[in-house]
Amino acid sequence: MSVNESALPLNEQARSPRFALAGNPNCGKTALFNAITGGRQKVGNYPGVTVERKEGFFTRPDGEQVRILDLPGTYSLDAKTPDEEISRDVLLGKISDEEQPDVILAVADATSLERNLGLILELRALGRPMILALNMMDLARARGAVIDLEVLGRELGFPVFPTVAVNGDGVEPLLAQAMQIAHAAKLSAEKSPAADWKNSTPNEVRDRFATVDAILAKAVKRSARPLIWSEKVDRIVVHPVWGSIILLFILGVIFQAIFSWAALPQEWIEKGVGALGKSVAGLMSVGPLRSLLTDGVIAGVGSVLVFLPQILLLFFFILLLEDTGYMARAAFLMDRVMGKVGLHGRAFIPLLSSFACAIPGIMATRTIENRRDRLTTILVAPLMTPSATLPNYSLLIAAFIPNTAVFGPVRLQGLVMLGLYAGGVAATLGMAWVFKRTLLKGVKPPLLMELPTYKVPSWRNIFFGLRDRCWIFIRRAGTVILAITIILWFVASYPKAPEGALLPPIDYSYAGRIGHAIEPLIRPLGFDWRIGIAFVPGMAAREVMVSALATVYAIEGKDEEATGRALSEVLKSQWSVATAVSLLVWYILACQCLSTLAVTRRETNSWRWPLFMFSYMTALAYVGSFITYRLCVWAGL
Amino acid sequence: MTVDKLYLGGMKKGDRALIVATGGPIEIRRRLLEMGFLEGSVVEVIHEAPFGKDPIAVRVRGTLLALRRNEANYIEVHLEVA
Repeated sequence: MSVNESALPLNEQARSPRFALAGNPNCGKTALFNAITGGRQKVGNYPGVTVERKEGFFTRPDGEQVRILDLPGTYSLDAKTPDEEISRDVLLGKISDEEQPDVILAVADATSLERNLGLILELRALGRPMILALNMMDLARARGAVIDLEVLGRELGFPVFPTVAVNGDGVEPLLAQAMQIAHAAKLSAEKSPAADWKNSTPNEVRDRFATVDAILAKAVKRSARPLIWSEKVDRIVVHPVWGSIILLFILGVIFQAIFSWAALPQEWIEKGVGALGKSVAGLMSVGPLRSLLTDGVIAGVGSVLVFLPQILLLFFFILLLEDTGYMARAAFLMDRVMGKVGLHGRAFIPLLSSFACAIPGIMATRTIENRRDRLTTILVAPLMTPSATLPNYSLLIAAFIPNTAVFGPVRLQGLVMLGLYAGGVAATLGMAWVFKRTLLKGVKPPLLMELPTYKVPSWRNIFFGLRDRCWIFIRRAGTVILAITIILWFVASYPKAPEGALLPPIDYSYAGRIGHAIEPLIRPLGFDWRIGIAFVPGMAAREVMVSALATVYAIEGKDEEATGRALSEVLKSQWSVATAVSLLVWYILACQCLSTLAVTRRETNSWRWPLFMFSYMTALAYVGSFITYRLCVWAGL
Repeated sequence: MTVDKLYLGGMKKGDRALIVATGGPIEIRRRLLEMGFLEGSVVEVIHEAPFGKDPIAVRVRGTLLALRRNEANYIEVHLEVA
């Protein structure tokens, strides 16, 4: 049978059976999903919410196509989080555009049935065709567990299959049985009506677990022993002193990776894109089309691709830390510190990553379950000074801050740089504190987090995870970034300068007009129209500001360095120190990056939050720069 | 003579206890129960976080769970005599 693998035709989709994987977090559900689909999967969002929707496809030996949905891992179906709500509504068939699954493939961690079976009983109560995969069976046996699968299946009322998802053991018998159930279900009933769902009362939860205990008493001769080596590792890893040192070391490695290891591949991408632009330019005659292709499209693709090294590296570490089980420990260690400003322990990796670039940082907030916590982290992440701001800082500091020795080897320029970074961190934490007390106020969600036993990471899981992240970025954020780059190119290039113009061409463009138009607004901050113009192309990426200023001041150097030095000299003669300091403060606080807004749009699934982010940061920067400028003028700078 | 009630939030690293009652606001109570803090289950404090010994990591029903002392105080316990 030759059916297109990734996109089944609609009539085919209607007939192919549909499974849904459900289970607790950390039960190996995603590993099972990867084992079943072999990577044939696509990631998207459920309509209107930020819950990730993962669907996969596989073909049975007889050629039948099956679709399988990987529901988010949850501890129950009582809707307290969007994940739980979605899982429940999908299973009940209450989501429009989402077919009700024919069979529920429930997954339980065989090493901790006492907890895992709670959700299984809840799933059973839905009254849907169902089958249970007892996953990590190898680990459970190694830890001395003796489980009578037949008795367990009889007590539960549906078939139970042992699986080892990481190497695919037991997957085939499980699927064969699930197919049988699917076909039998199709014959009997088309679709069960969406049952009414009420959250369980605490007593119902107690009863459910009493049933679990009764079932386990019959089916389990011996439960799995605690994993000794995992506990020994924990004695060091969450030790107050050693644990903190290890955490700092790991954070240091991640920071180093996204800050400097990514630099080389980024340079290759930039060079490659530059070379491509040049060769395309060589093939075409001068004209608007050539400019559109080289300065607009190719440069735009480059500005998307250039983020990939950082995103890949950061998510490699995050997936590795998640897969081994370390991430929960890190959140455990950091909870108190981050909690001081109302952030979740898991917020520190996204924020730290934002030092390199807010884009991967914002994407990394997915590990934060609570919506308010996650939104707060997203909103403040761009305040962590991204590395792209560095060229601006360097330019202004070199031009305006005397390099006098302050104390021993400590020099004023270095101190100011440090102060700018400290300002960024202070603004981040301060705004997080403000948001958690005003806009995103809510009951502090309880920290109730499993510390899973350590596992050897599965490279397959990490590989598929990385592939998903890159794809999401390129398809969803990348397209917006590309469009924005092309628009900005247009704004900075048109209309063209008239014949015999004396000023640089950018003055005559829309960017120039915008710069002049906003001058009255930015004058109180000590900025003139030239800075206003540079802001426009600077929105594409912060570091573009330097070359934009060079364009505005009509500086042509042999290379970047010469341009920088020449620009520095010109600025020194044209700007007051107050203006420079004010602009530095502006750069700490302002949202000068449309790519960040694009990725925020993607991650929050609405334009509301990126608009709010832009507004509040601009307001903050305006007030900050205004006060700074006035203070500087008053101090006679 | 009445004995002061003891709660999970007041336990130290290495303490083992029997859960007597799980309380708190209904949402939290339900979540605590779903995660396995059930009356009659044994709970043991395994780790304490660095700053202020909060949160704590406890073993209950075969899994290791982290929670803050604040929430742990909804769980009344009875210290086991070793």
